Amino acid sequence: MSLTFDDGTFIRSELETPLPPPSRNLGVIGWMRENLFSSFLNGLLTLVGIALALLIFPPLIRFLFIDAVWTGENREACLGPDVGACWPFIHAKFGQLIYGFYPIAERWRPNVVFALGAILLVPLMVPSAPIKRLNSLLFFVVYPIIAFVLLTGGNINASAFLLERFGLISPLTGGATIAGVNLTFWVDFVLTALIVAAAIGALIGALGGAALSAARSTLYVFAAFGVLVMAWDVDVGLDYVETRQWGGLLVTLVIAVTGIVASLPLGIALALGRRSQMPIVRLLSVIFIEFWRGVPLITVLFFATYMLPLFLPQGANPDALLRALVGVALFSAAYMAEVVRGGLQAISKGQYEGAMAMGLTWSQMMRLIILPQALTLVIPGIVNSFISLFKDTTLVLIVSIFDFLGQLRASFTDPNWASPVTLYTGFAFAGIVYFFFCFGMSRYSLFVERRLNTSHRR
Amino acid sequence: MKRLISTFAVAGALGLAASGAQAATKLEQVKSKGFVQCGVSQGLPGFSTPDDKGSWTGLDVDFCRAVASAVLGDPSKVKYTPLSAKDRFTALQSGDIDILSRNTTWTITRDTSLGLNFTGVTYYDGQGFMIRKDKKVNSAMELSGASICTQTGTTTEQNLADFFRANNMNYEVIAFATNDEVVKAYDAGRCDVLTTDRSGLAGERLKLTNPDDHIVLPEIISKEPLGPVVAHGDDQWFDIVKWVLFAQLNAEELGVTSKNVDEQLKSTANPEVKRLLGTEGKYGEGMGIGNDWAYLIIKNVGNYGEMYDKNVGPDTPLKLARGVNALWSKGGLQYAPPIR
Repeated sequence: MSLTFDDGTFIRSELETPLPPPSRNLGVIGWMRENLFSSFLNGLLTLVGIALALLIFPPLIRFLFIDAVWTGENREACLGPDVGACWPFIHAKFGQLIYGFYPIAERWRPNVVFALGAILLVPLMVPSAPIKRLNSLLFFVVYPIIAFVLLTGGNINASAFLLERFGLISPLTGGATIAGVNLTFWVDFVLTALIVAAAIGALIGALGGAALSAARSTLYVFAAFGVLVMAWDVDVGLDYVETRQWGGLLVTLVIAVTGIVASLPLGIALALGRRSQMPIVRLLSVIFIEFWRGVPLITVLFFATYMLPLFLPQGANPDALLRALVGVALFSAAYMAEVVRGGLQAISKGQYEGAMAMGLTWSQMMRLIILPQALTLVIPGIVNSFISLFKDTTLVLIVSIFDFLGQLRASFTDPNWASPVTLYTGFAFAGIVYFFFCFGMSRYSLFVERRLNTSHRR
Repeated sequence: MKRLISTFAVAGALGLAASGAQAATKLEQVKSKGFVQCGVSQGLPGFSTPDDKGSWTGLDVDFCRAVASAVLGDPSKVKYTPLSAKDRFTALQSGDIDILSRNTTWTITRDTSLGLNFTGVTYYDGQGFMIRKDKKVNSAMELSGASICTQTGTTTEQNLADFFRANNMNYEVIAFATNDEVVKAYDAGRCDVLTTDRSGLAGERLKLTNPDDHIVLPEIISKEPLGPVVAHGDDQWFDIVKWVLFAQLNAEELGVTSKNVDEQLKSTANPEVKRLLGTEGKYGEGMGIGNDWAYLIIKNVGNYGEMYDKNVGPDTPLKLARGVNALWSKGGLQYAPPIR
């Protein structure tokens, strides 16, 4: 600071250095003033929060870590006056919590399925990873087939079953098999495909549509289905493991992933159907959505498990897990449809009109203009549905399918591990596992939102 | 999935075959599929519960293993279906399972109106009371005015009401939806008394903070004979399941155990043991199974006493004394018709 007094005028040659802010606005104290105690109410809430944290966390940490028992062979290790979590119990039951009653010798199969799923899913989720198209083809089409064959053992003889139920022509070849291939079925299948394709082509043609392309897409569908049947039919030499033996986290993930993957496209289709101009499509969509939203999931599962067999022909008893899977997928699709519909409604009419003015067809308009915007808007709602679906899977316990939590409850009944802390330990572990999955989903959705939302950031 | 398809296939094949064709008996079905489908509970300490390796263990489970030994010669050829109390009878009626071995109480309603047959009693149970020692109560007759923890919607609640009304006593019920809640509430002192079946009390006791501070009162206020169940309509299968238990009881009475059965087979002079083990007479034939059926049961699973001691006896965490489940010759109720 230098002042010059030569001609009696006062000229400042440089700026005054500002004073440091008052000490109470600086450092830790300042941060606390601003963030924790900015007003009387906030101060009060902070104090209550601190008190709650002090009340909850020290005993929790003591129970989970400090007082916890880490090694032991049976319940004797976890008895005593001040014993915390009984981790050897989790250690002893860990295999069951993950695989259920899946035969120990065959547990490499779910392991391969888990690993393959992770290998395919991670690059799909990282935006900068290359070959997205191939990757998603592998994950959504090839992976489910591989997982199905690996987990069940494949070789389910689907061709004989389909022939039995739907054989259109009388068996020409007398059930001959060539190198394990059911010839009758495939002759029948090809003929059926051709007839159906011709019929659809003729129908579309008569209504003034593109007959050839309709017939061709029908054939594609049949071809895809044929590949599926072939994959199911191949005897890969794996032992058959019935779904009754599946359990634990394996079942939780199978149900959740199937539900998630099936409910999104189904939900989008239903949402579009509900907003469609075509009265029958709209009516059917509304009926479907309102029916599934109107009944609780427990009722759906009960119905699928105990009522459905009564309506089916005697002796026809579809797999219990399959029934639960279909129930969960349809149920969550109805919820998903309403979430997506919310997004569709948020798109202004100008977007639709603009797209139409550009001469886009309906499917182009939806695919290129409307859905990308609508889905981005409702990401929080979609992930919300996914998370609640993940947690709802545990309801399958009431239909005697042992998911993660069901397997845990069964483990509680082992007299070798019965102790006062077993229950708390088990539920603490379950809580940690569920939190890991749900929090992971939630964080990933935030990441996607930030990435897609660049233009709207405020 | 495979089952679904095979059931369709079987149904179709049956439809195609001449209508006069005889449906396969349960024994033939079990032999052809190669395993016994056994309905068990979803977890009950000592009776059916998964162990650390994920295999089912317990008294009810061992009984299924005994049936598999007699019919198929291999105790491991059992598949288990964990069933809730609600769907256990449906599963049996629909043929989903071959035997229901799930701590099921034998009552007239169940035996006569559900299309089921009880084959015997593997465990004589009954409802009892547990109370803190420091309450200084030695008999259920002194429980007037007590608050009692129990599970909702079970027969336990009804038995309780009957007992207290019959003895003109007051009580207060505190009911919970699950067993674990009942135990926690009792342990926390929310009620004076915990009531359930006595075998259950032994299991719940392990979950208490200080198990030694509690006693089980001597009174048994209900009869709960637990036993295996088969479906109506196949008397041969009924006979087999019935005689598996009888063979185990006879073996205990004759002192044949899994350890000495081979020696007894070779050297015994006792005609009763010889008939049991199949070296004399052809008693398996009548049931359509091998004459060494009882030998296989005892060799693979053991006699009744061994089965009891292994799963619920004094050396297990449950520490249940034999009590009324002792043989008739030792003052209990377990009695089997002779093999001859």
